Amino acid sequence: MSKQINVALIGNPNTGKTSVFNALTGLNQKVGNYPGITVEKKEGVCRLPRGIKAHIIDLPGTYSLNASSLDENVVIELLLNKNDKDFPDIAVVVTDVENLKRNLLLFTQIKDLEIPTLLVINMADRMRYKGISLDIDYLEAHLKTKIALISTRKNEGIDGLRELITNYKEVSTEPCLKTTDIDPAYFENLQKAFPNQLLYKLWLVITQDVNFGKTDRKEIDAVTSFKTKSKADLKRLQQKETIKRYQFINNVLKKGQTIDLSQAKDLRIKLDRILTHKVWGYVIFIAILLLIFQAIYDWSEVPMDFIDGVFASLSEWTKNVLPSGAFTDLIAEGIIPGLGGIVIFIPQIAFLFLFIAVLEESGYMSRVVFLMDKIMRRFGLSGKSVVPLISGTACAIPAVMATRNIESWKERLITILVTPFTTCSARLPVYLIIISLVIPKGKFLWLSYQALTLMLLYFLGFATAVLSAYILSKRLKIKSRSFFVVEMPNYKLPMIKNVAITVVEKTKSFVYGAGKIILAISIILWFLASYGPGDNFNNAEVIIKTEYASENLSEKDLQHKIASHKLEHSFIGIAGRLIEPSIRPLGYDWKIGIAIISSFAAREVFVGTLATIYSVGSDDEDTIKNRMAAEINPVRGGPLFTFASGISLLLFYAFAMQCMSTLAIVKKETNSWKWPVLQLAIMSSFAYLVALVAFQFLK
Amino acid sequence: MQHTLAHLKKGERGVITDVSSDHIPLKLLEMGCLPGNEVELVQVAPFADPMYLNINGSHLAIRKETAIHILIEKVANE
Repeated sequence: MSKQINVALIGNPNTGKTSVFNALTGLNQKVGNYPGITVEKKEGVCRLPRGIKAHIIDLPGTYSLNASSLDENVVIELLLNKNDKDFPDIAVVVTDVENLKRNLLLFTQIKDLEIPTLLVINMADRMRYKGISLDIDYLEAHLKTKIALISTRKNEGIDGLRELITNYKEVSTEPCLKTTDIDPAYFENLQKAFPNQLLYKLWLVITQDVNFGKTDRKEIDAVTSFKTKSKADLKRLQQKETIKRYQFINNVLKKGQTIDLSQAKDLRIKLDRILTHKVWGYVIFIAILLLIFQAIYDWSEVPMDFIDGVFASLSEWTKNVLPSGAFTDLIAEGIIPGLGGIVIFIPQIAFLFLFIAVLEESGYMSRVVFLMDKIMRRFGLSGKSVVPLISGTACAIPAVMATRNIESWKERLITILVTPFTTCSARLPVYLIIISLVIPKGKFLWLSYQALTLMLLYFLGFATAVLSAYILSKRLKIKSRSFFVVEMPNYKLPMIKNVAITVVEKTKSFVYGAGKIILAISIILWFLASYGPGDNFNNAEVIIKTEYASENLSEKDLQHKIASHKLEHSFIGIAGRLIEPSIRPLGYDWKIGIAIISSFAAREVFVGTLATIYSVGSDDEDTIKNRMAAEINPVRGGPLFTFASGISLLLFYAFAMQCMSTLAIVKKETNSWKWPVLQLAIMSSFAYLVALVAFQFLK
Repeated sequence: MQHTLAHLKKGERGVITDVSSDHIPLKLLEMGCLPGNEVELVQVAPFADPMYLNINGSHLAIRKETAIHILIEKVANE
């Protein structure tokens, strides 16, 4: 009989919980979402001795069962709901040997829910450096559990942990503390009102703001024999509970743990002296940022060129191999270039996620938060907003999700609202192609004008984000106490396995997420551009041939004329001409208009759309570029892409909110349509105005 | 004079005597910011805000506006 054991991994942030998860499951894991919310759900399967399997959930990191964020709610909701299919047969609490005292707080809370609980003490390899020794037998006896002393870095003790999980039935469910000890009068009363319920569970139901299935808070409110307390009173009780727990933990550790400080070597002090220094801290931070940008551009160039080439030849190959017809055209001109447009981002996205993962794993990110808090607060943001703003240069979607650990709702909301201004990687191809068209090739000192323009655009993105944050912080009337607590974890050498898994998972979900939209859009666009109503479209060949009958056009030129006549009278052409009057003051023609409109699904569609609209067979950048350069302004003659219209386009893309996925995520995270709608309206009209002024001023 | 955490200078230590729970998030208490625990100011950002503390072996950073609600007794450095 093979029953799967349900295991929940629980622990404070920075305890190496995810390393334990990776060590247990290997690559046998999948990342999804909890239903209805955007909290990441990581599950995996672990093979145990004697052919038994365990289903492991890596729950979000939390400091205690008193949840203060969506991520933490997930933990307590699962632990209180016995009917959940994931309800653990055994909870595995992961702790860091250097922070055992603080980490044990969560452990005692889970024990008091009378769930079988194992204690994992991780980073055992660091005990020697810190002069720590543990009396495991004593700790097991007094914490009423089994302990696995492991080191994920050295891959030690994992088999022992597997063995303990297999024998989960032997783990005690005896609580660590008596809940009534916190406040006898209050809790005895509570127990009397609900004689059949576990007291600590009741207490959590009363204090936590989460869904609880059957034990509804209303039920508690309805019982008159028991009076609920005011919020302040409850908080005082929670404080009392915390003190009681620490008393218990201190007592246990007094005998179970000895720390010989003379043995301790502290890398942290030395590194912090430089990395959080008032001057050097900032210099190093800026240097690291520059390194990241440099790396993203330089290192991704080769793989990007390669991908570009592969897709171009794939498209060519499809055309040659498949029988010619509408279906082949759809694949070769619609789907393949569309997919190429997303796959080409993989190197840059992967590098960015790599750096962010390394910064977070190493513990450096917390130092940046510390350094930047005061500066960011001037603009109504939090030090913790730096992380979303940096990761926003990859993609606004994970960035918006990264705002979750900002405690103050106002600071968090502002961060969410301004993050889409940072130059995400989807803007990059648009910038690159327009810059190469309209910015001259010369050099200023040793920097080329083109590179300089790109840097200015990045700077513009950050500056707009920060300035609009300032305006928002003055205008938004939200009362929200700004609590700010950041753990400053130990510095650690990032583990390659963890970083690699993060990069692969994040890149995969970005590509699949954006890929679906782009694929759909490119198919729709292709249809709209390939079909049209009425004679003008269907008889294009005859019309053009009669019109140019007198001129001696080559076959190639004739075909080109027919194609562009067809496009003009296709569905997309008709739609484009409809909107042309509103975008002409910005210096665009209807083709750009269509590209802009399709960009509202996702910006990176712009280049692909122009590629499709300009009816180019291959998605070779040079070809698109040459075609764009050859476009004539329909009103005034001369090239369509001038300095003025190019700058106007760049500014439009810098400011406009053109990403449905970001809007969707903002809706989810703010739980209201108000904010994404405002974002869309304000950012896009601002973009329109700026582009209008720029074009009228420069032309 | 009553000292608060905000009065500490870099490298100085103290023992927490009282925290006014109305102004302190529960999370901070759970991280060890409780009466009786020792606290050291490890580092300060420019303008002494935020403050990087070592409370009872836990390293964390809080803002000055929170620090003024944590009463301490200074401990002389040996």
